[in-house]
Amino acid sequence: MGKVNTKVTLCGIELDNPVVPASGTFGYGYEFAELYDINCLGTFSFKGTTKDPRFGNPTPRIAECTAGMINAVGLQNPGVDKVISEELPRLAKCFHKPVMANVSGFSVEDYAYTCEKLDKEAQVGWLEVNVSCPNVHGGGMSFGTSPEAAAEVTKAVKKVTTKPVIIKLSPNVTDIVSIAKACEEAGADGISLINTMLGMRIDLRTRKPVIANKMGGFSGSAIFPVAVRMVYQVAHAVKIPVVGMGGVSTAEDVIEMMLAGATAVEVGAANLVNPYACRDIVADLPRVMEKYRIESLSEFIGGVQ
Amino acid sequence: MKQGIFRILENSPVTDQVMRMVLAGDCSAVSGPGQFVNIKLDGLFLRRPISVCDCDSHKITILYKVVGKGTEQMRTMRGGELDVLTGLGNGYDLSLSGEEPLLIGGGVGVPPLYWLAKELIAQGKKVSVILGFNTKNEIFYEEEFRALGADVTVTTVDGSYGIQGFVTDAMAGKQYSYFYTCGPEPMLKAIYRASATSGQFSFEERMGCGFGACMGCSCKTVTGNKRICKEGPVLVKEDIIWEK
Repeated sequence: MGKVNTKVTLCGIELDNPVVPASGTFGYGYEFAELYDINCLGTFSFKGTTKDPRFGNPTPRIAECTAGMINAVGLQNPGVDKVISEELPRLAKCFHKPVMANVSGFSVEDYAYTCEKLDKEAQVGWLEVNVSCPNVHGGGMSFGTSPEAAAEVTKAVKKVTTKPVIIKLSPNVTDIVSIAKACEEAGADGISLINTMLGMRIDLRTRKPVIANKMGGFSGSAIFPVAVRMVYQVAHAVKIPVVGMGGVSTAEDVIEMMLAGATAVEVGAANLVNPYACRDIVADLPRVMEKYRIESLSEFIGGVQ
Repeated sequence: MKQGIFRILENSPVTDQVMRMVLAGDCSAVSGPGQFVNIKLDGLFLRRPISVCDCDSHKITILYKVVGKGTEQMRTMRGGELDVLTGLGNGYDLSLSGEEPLLIGGGVGVPPLYWLAKELIAQGKKVSVILGFNTKNEIFYEEEFRALGADVTVTTVDGSYGIQGFVTDAMAGKQYSYFYTCGPEPMLKAIYRASATSGQFSFEERMGCGFGACMGCSCKTVTGNKRICKEGPVLVKEDIIWEK
């Protein structure tokens, strides 16, 4: 077999490959740009950004788990104005492709406000709207747990933006398909899933939760099968593209996600353990494609028999 | 920061609970005392951050207390290799030490002060060290600090060795130009209150990545939010806000 083609098109924008570091595990890119040329990535989703600056939750915010971790960072970020004035110019120096802007909020108006501002930024290619953060109260996930609320956020954001809007969904729901469909009907250009699964650890010595916020989002390779299942379910129920994520750490995982129906694949917790994880996955993709006789990744999306 | 494969040259006990491991590999990313390394262990998801006790161009020494799965696994290692991220964190600033710096370590907070003492003494500073432990059989590195030429005082909470009490009891009689400390947070807080000069504190926090990506170990300071793994673990006294 000759040259393989790793290009995919996500909501009208071509990516050199489907590998996308997930929001919250890649900052605004420049920490990783010190380690390798991050232009090898398809794109990346930057740290979840809100209207106002946020410190996030008290520490400890991190807990070790078997084949994964729990985080309860709580959307720490400098707020949209500083992201635009300070983080994006710094990002532009080390990354020269369209970037995915990840947005969170505490009201429908918050989401619309932040998305409208980021939509005007030249480098922003997509808006990834997080209606699924498990670590904040009265916001985030509460918008992603009912089809009506998710649709309301989608509509409000679509009304004030021009760029593709991808709604990031929570797995902590009874029926993710109905929520994905509601977003599609409300005008979403894509769906990304899954955010972390709500989890908890307890310290045997202190008999207290390890995480100060008691619970947090469970991620890492342990959740990969759940993510594949949900990506499969959603991809077969909607016509808009799906970005798959959850426990992806190898090129094989990327291909499995794509078989399930993902157009692009985000990599999260793996970046925290191996800072070169995404670079290594990108480099390994051609080998795995050849092994499984895949000439073109884009023709392979949703190819599960 | 650099990722490297390090060979385990030594892994031996210094007390019942504390082990010394010497790792050989590329140390070029390590910039100075107060930094830490982050170690990948088989079967465990997150890396284990451990402070650097000593370092030269090709060897890193770490001292670690066996407290959980990760350090328990490390204790059993005899030779072999480890995947280590080096050059992490913002270490101690030696330029502020003055002529007579005081170094105060509590328990497993002692190790990073060893390399610091070595460097300060090499600069011709008159270094005093207070090492605080709970009890006699937990004491380590008293002789090693003496061998560097530091003036060493040991305190034990139960009075089984040295001065009975806390490190702050030993601080009372000391003259010093500046101080550097590392240890459990209640001790750091007591030193913050008891100290007569400015100084630098090394903090500990549960970390996700250890290199600034995940925001897992953030804290509030007078000069804004900081990540213990990136802008820390060392913070200057004037910057600290005690939250807990």
